[in-house]
Amino acid sequence: MAGYFKADLVENSLLKTLRAFLKTMLDMDDIRSILVPCRLPMKPRIMPMLVSDASYLANADPIAPSFPLNSARIVSRLTRKTAGGVLAVVLRPCEMRAFVELVKLNQGHPDDLILVGLDCIGAFSNRDYAGIADRHDSDFSENYCWNVLSGKDTKTDGTDQTPACRTCMQPVPDQADIRIQLFGSRLEDGLCIQAGSEKGEQRLSRMQLKSSERSLQRDSAVEQVIRVRQSNCENMIAEVEQKTDSMEKLNRYLADCVNCYNCRVACPVCYCKECVFATDVFCHEPYQYLRWADRKGAIKMPTDTVFYHLTRLAHMSTACVGCGQCSNACPNDIPVMELFKSVSLRTQKIFDYQAGRDVQEKPPLTSFRENEYEDIVG
Amino acid sequence: MDAFEPSLIAFVCNWCTYTAADLAGTSRLYYPPNVRLIRVMCTGMVDPQYVIKAFLEGADGVLVSGCHPGDCHYINGNYKARRRIRLLKEILPRFGFDERRLRLTWIGASDGIEFSHIITELVEELKGLGPVQTQNSMVI
Ligand code: SF4
Ligand code: SF4
Ligand code: FES
Repeated sequence: MAGYFKADLVENSLLKTLRAFLKTMLDMDDIRSILVPCRLPMKPRIMPMLVSDASYLANADPIAPSFPLNSARIVSRLTRKTAGGVLAVVLRPCEMRAFVELVKLNQGHPDDLILVGLDCIGAFSNRDYAGIADRHDSDFSENYCWNVLSGKDTKTDGTDQTPACRTCMQPVPDQADIRIQLFGSRLEDGLCIQAGSEKGEQRLSRMQLKSSERSLQRDSAVEQVIRVRQSNCENMIAEVEQKTDSMEKLNRYLADCVNCYNCRVACPVCYCKECVFATDVFCHEPYQYLRWADRKGAIKMPTDTVFYHLTRLAHMSTACVGCGQCSNACPNDIPVMELFKSVSLRTQKIFDYQAGRDVQEKPPLTSFRENEYEDIVG
Repeated sequence: MDAFEPSLIAFVCNWCTYTAADLAGTSRLYYPPNVRLIRVMCTGMVDPQYVIKAFLEGADGVLVSGCHPGDCHYINGNYKARRRIRLLKEILPRFGFDERRLRLTWIGASDGIEFSHIITELVEELKGLGPVQTQNSMVI
């Protein structure tokens, strides 16, 4: 496996090349639809669209630096049962990792899917992207992508990408059946596409692409991207740890939280059908609140904000893929991803686990060995 | 000022540690009154959220105690509990909790003496550590 293919660049445009590539896929008999980020006709915004009619692929824009939501959940919904036909889905690497976590929990089914992934150049927050999209014309995605790939500043109009993207150390789609390589490839010579699986290989060889080989600059280009992100990540973790190394500081960090639970709704790996915080398990008796107030003099309302976050950290930090949608969703600008990443890096490490790495790896809290962690008992 | 009396929440499984506690009682063994026992069917049902909740509401220490490996009445609940405690021992210290405030032990049904021992020792240790940082917090 690991075959390499090449698609000629259409009119010198990455976007047009990608659209043509997707169209060839959709034209294949057995592919029913493609899920791909598209430009909306009613507003300059990007949303995933389920496209059945190839003419709509003229709106496809998988390189826009916009990440309105993590689509792993959408793919999970689309694969709940057989839909009748094969579906191709274009996802970001962090969406694929989240989907892999859902597959492990039997909440996603990859059988009738073809996962198409691009090297990820990162994205802006929803709020920032909305402003950018309103100010720029339709060439923005294309220009921005070329600029970033050529090593230029990722900032636009003084705004940078989200902290999640700037600290993401897994920007290539290792889980994809079809991997479109942007880092370290000479786009002028064509788009380099790698088969990531048997399924991908079969598909690509039916698409009348030129065969190609591994680009020599690829590894060092990817390493270079990761090195920058890694150093960003280390700085971010040091900062957030320093800001939250006591409960008093954590309380300050989360002071603006109003328990709206948007962060949990936006999180692709918060997988419980019914979250414990949506049940009445912690719906305390009225006298309990008064007792707390009596004992402490005063309590901040609503209660259970910090409790909610610590519980979510315990429940799902081992599955956190670092996508940053929690921060994106918070109406009060709490840096939720920063906190979760600072903990998830630790909790995944102790179980020698990496969320989304391998569908065969069992989630650490659903498995155990008889002889382990004996030093913590006693 | 009165001497500091720590509060200890102990989640104990019905089949082993609770029975041991009962035995300690009927054998008139001494253990400090600082402990509140919460009987659960198995340590495997102690979700991390209950441990966290106990700490946030001002418990100075939390003990989770069940059957020895191989003795769990639900076969592997205690192994799952061990992973969860390992997890919490990674998360809670990150926010300034002393790791010694959270203990996991296996105390078999006939170990009344062991039970009284561990509770006594843990309460002494908590006295040394002083009140937990959430004690007077207005945030729960
Ligand atoms: S906690 Fe935040 S960063 Fe982690 S997977 Fe969920 S939404 Fe993404
Ligand atoms: S989205 Fe923000 S305010 Fe809402 S629960 Fe999450 S952290 Fe709190
Ligand atoms: S029944 Fe005692 S630990 Fe499971």
